[in-house]
Amino acid sequence: MQGLFNRAVQCFLRDTYGHGLWLAVARRAGVGPEGFEAMLTYDNAVTEAVLTAAVAELARPRETVLEDLGTYLVSHPNVEGLRRLLRFGGAGFVEFLHSLEDLPDRTHLALPDLDMPGLDLEDQGNSRFRLSCRGVIPGVGYVAVGLLRAMADDYGALVLLEHDGEADGAEVILIELLDGAYAAGRRFDLAVRAH
Amino acid sequence: MGARLKDGSVSFGPLALARLMPLHLAVNATGQIVNAGPTLQKLMNGQAALGRNIGDVLALRRPPGPLTMPVLLAQHDLALGVVLTSDPTVSFRALVVPTLDGGAFLNLSFGIGVAEAVRRHALTVEDFAATDLTVEMLYLVEAKTAVMDELRNLNRRLQGAKVAAEEQALTDQLTGLRNRRALDLQMKALIRLGATFGLMHIDLDFFKQVNDTLGHAAGDHVLRQVARVLTQETRATDMAARVGGDEFVVVFPNLSDTAQLMRIADRIIASVTEPIAFEGRDCRISASIGVTVSTLYDSPDADRMLSDADSALYDVKRDGRGKALLVGGPLIEGLVGR
Repeated sequence: MQGLFNRAVQCFLRDTYGHGLWLAVARRAGVGPEGFEAMLTYDNAVTEAVLTAAVAELARPRETVLEDLGTYLVSHPNVEGLRRLLRFGGAGFVEFLHSLEDLPDRTHLALPDLDMPGLDLEDQGNSRFRLSCRGVIPGVGYVAVGLLRAMADDYGALVLLEHDGEADGAEVILIELLDGAYAAGRRFDLAVRAH
Repeated sequence: MGARLKDGSVSFGPLALARLMPLHLAVNATGQIVNAGPTLQKLMNGQAALGRNIGDVLALRRPPGPLTMPVLLAQHDLALGVVLTSDPTVSFRALVVPTLDGGAFLNLSFGIGVAEAVRRHALTVEDFAATDLTVEMLYLVEAKTAVMDELRNLNRRLQGAKVAAEEQALTDQLTGLRNRRALDLQMKALIRLGATFGLMHIDLDFFKQVNDTLGHAAGDHVLRQVARVLTQETRATDMAARVGGDEFVVVFPNLSDTAQLMRIADRIIASVTEPIAFEGRDCRISASIGVTVSTLYDSPDADRMLSDADSALYDVKRDGRGKALLVGGPLIEGLVGR
């Protein structure tokens, strides 16, 4: 697994629960306190060890931890870059949903080695969608749920999201768009603001 | 909104044109702008485009010259290079086709400065045709920048780790012998344990001449050869360290027999005095050695012993090089010049 995911978990734990919690998770998982480098590659077992340790230290269900991670990835100021890259997917939330299928290819343009979950979107009509998520981390669908919830907020869309278990080896997420323009949403300039 | 098909020709209304080509301009035969795409109008900061002369709105950069109707209607193989007169920092490529009524139709696209133009004018996804890959390009620029930043930071951290690791290292990179740090640790350990040991401080003679006349590659080769000699002439339990450019120290645990140490020193001098072949040339050096043993001291001290051996070494150097001298003892014959 590319260190990017591990690094994301590390930053999520540090930014949300504090440095002390990260140190406890690292110790429990047998990882050095410095943690991970986003651009290096680590064994998949390390990722699993960190997630298991985080679940134990936080005493919360794995699903909740993963969903919070997904929300963090697009709503925390420290990871503004990812929100921006996702917003390039489309002008509105529905267009964004459709762009998810291109996400692995888009990601590979910048990071050819990244192990991205396969994403398939089925438009079921009546503003209902079914997203299949095929990744190496069990529960990656919950990360997607948290991420989609935060992206809907970002676009100002009102959606219902539900993790619908597994089917054919993929985690299934049901999405119902109640109102595409429910709130103002956050502004998205194509250009990065000058520092 | 819509298009009309007739006899293989297509005509578009302004709304369809705006959607297909948001950066277009249509001018009549006199050069007056009759239609302008919405993104182009946005770039003009609210100045009206309609009714103005094309030459007032756009300036020609490639080919250079005034932007007139004859220039526009000339057959151009390449796209024209133009800038907005209201913001000359934003450059475009413009493809021009003549219209049936003597006017011209221009479709513009951003050049390589697109990211800057997008930033200056706060353009959004809606300002580009849905088929335009400009947004993908902006995405790539941003993703690439993020990855490069991350890699730059990673390299900085790795560089720091490398420097730290080198400081921790005990091996001399060039010769594979131990380094100064390893030597200090070894001597401290022997003194702490109360062990007796012999010490040689070795300085190469004529090494600078080899470096100056045959180059650094030859010098490096000589240093590696000397390292080989030191390894061969000492026991596995002895420690040979390179402590400076052409300076070496050897520690001999449990060896305080000065006669034996002087014999070893003699052998080392004899070996390094043999010509060392490098790329068809012979490098000729020798060595001067200062020797001391821990039993000469009531309470041996590493710095003191090194300093004494160093003094003996410089007595040798003053006396003509190529010899070994025991601290406090008389010079014995070395092998220089043979």
